[in-house]
Amino acid sequence: MEEKILTSQFEPKIASFVCTWCTYTGADLAGTSRLKYEPNVRIIRLPCTGRIDYNLIIKAFENGADGILVSGCHPNDCHYSSGNFYARRRFIVFRELLQFIGIDVRRVQFAWVSAAEGAKWAKLVNKFTSEIKDLGQFTNYQKIKRDIFLEEAVI
Amino acid sequence: MNSISEIAKKLLDENRVSAVVGYSIGSLPNKTKTVIVKSSQQAEKLIFNNLCVNNLAIYLTKSFRLTTQKPVAVVMKGCDVKSVTGLIQEKQIEREQVFIIGVKCNGVSEDGKNLSPKCYSCKLQTPKMYDILVGEEEEKNIEFKNPFSDVEEFEKKSLDERWNFWMNELEKCVKCYACRQVCPLCYCEKCIVDKTVPRWIEPHTSKSSNLSWHITRAFHLAGRCTGCGECERACHHNIPLSLLNKKMAKVVYDNFNYQAGLDDKAKSPLADFKFQDKEDFIR
Repeated sequence: MEEKILTSQFEPKIASFVCTWCTYTGADLAGTSRLKYEPNVRIIRLPCTGRIDYNLIIKAFENGADGILVSGCHPNDCHYSSGNFYARRRFIVFRELLQFIGIDVRRVQFAWVSAAEGAKWAKLVNKFTSEIKDLGQFTNYQKIKRDIFLEEAVI
Repeated sequence: MNSISEIAKKLLDENRVSAVVGYSIGSLPNKTKTVIVKSSQQAEKLIFNNLCVNNLAIYLTKSFRLTTQKPVAVVMKGCDVKSVTGLIQEKQIEREQVFIIGVKCNGVSEDGKNLSPKCYSCKLQTPKMYDILVGEEEEKNIEFKNPFSDVEEFEKKSLDERWNFWMNELEKCVKCYACRQVCPLCYCEKCIVDKTVPRWIEPHTSKSSNLSWHITRAFHLAGRCTGCGECERACHHNIPLSLLNKKMAKVVYDNFNYQAGLDDKAKSPLADFKFQDKEDFIR
């Protein structure tokens, strides 16, 4: 019974790295169209998905994110013409690396959301948040983070 | 047959190269060490046998400043030439700056008894690119192994098993960065771990910062690592680093049909794209 209450109260932290030209504008549209969506997502605006370094994803996990959403322009829509194609290749490889190390890749999602797709953005965030709620807290990473504090306490 | 020392003597006497980088007898039995020969009198030191396991391509990177004026001659096995191809491909050196003394290799060994793991899946007994070729190819009676067999084996484990395995292994890491120093393709003059603003990877050793470092190292070598296995050999805690590298090589091969170190004109796979790359994971 107690556990159930805890899980229902669990509010995941989701970091979302979005490109300013498409998804950020799309999220803006969701706002101006008065669409309600889950408030768990923290949007971090970057110039392009091609700019999104895998280190940002690792840092977000280190700082306690339970899920990560990366979103940008559809193929051929990129403001810089090819940034999202490079990003796509990078994430094909990076996802496999995470999986190999033992990180659940369901926690790292990629999406194409254009500036006109405010509704898609709201739906995506809702769906992703409920998925992360089902997965629960990302205890693996939080445990190794706790180890640092223990080590520091010993020193 | 021309021996390596004869060739080196000739090259140095004719003033065609500024130095010859090769192997000589080491201070321990069953070990060889690197020697940089700059005059023809010293050329006798050069040897080649089945203990010459290290990859001399590292001496061609910028930090050694060997490639400034005249070309440098380097003794290279088939697998080492792949690293040179990578360096040429990434415009770190030019082909004319290196004089490759290619050696036909029949497998090398770290301890004199067991064959080095990379040799089981080697197809390049004769180097792909060379200026002079020495040695004779022997009949190879080793069973050829799929280079990715251990990766496939590892992938069968469950997510938690994999995570625990890496946590146990990476816990040993003391961040000496020997894996970086010894890698011929880790040539950045300022490495990401040395940067303090922004500090991507924490300098202390803990599970989480070790994990970030090893993810970074593997990912920076994705599609570039030629599988020489130097990082794993240099690691004094025997962390299976080449397992990560092989996984990256496998992903790149499966998705982009690319193998590192074979073509010096090819574009690095992560610096390139195709419209038809897969996107089944993108929503």
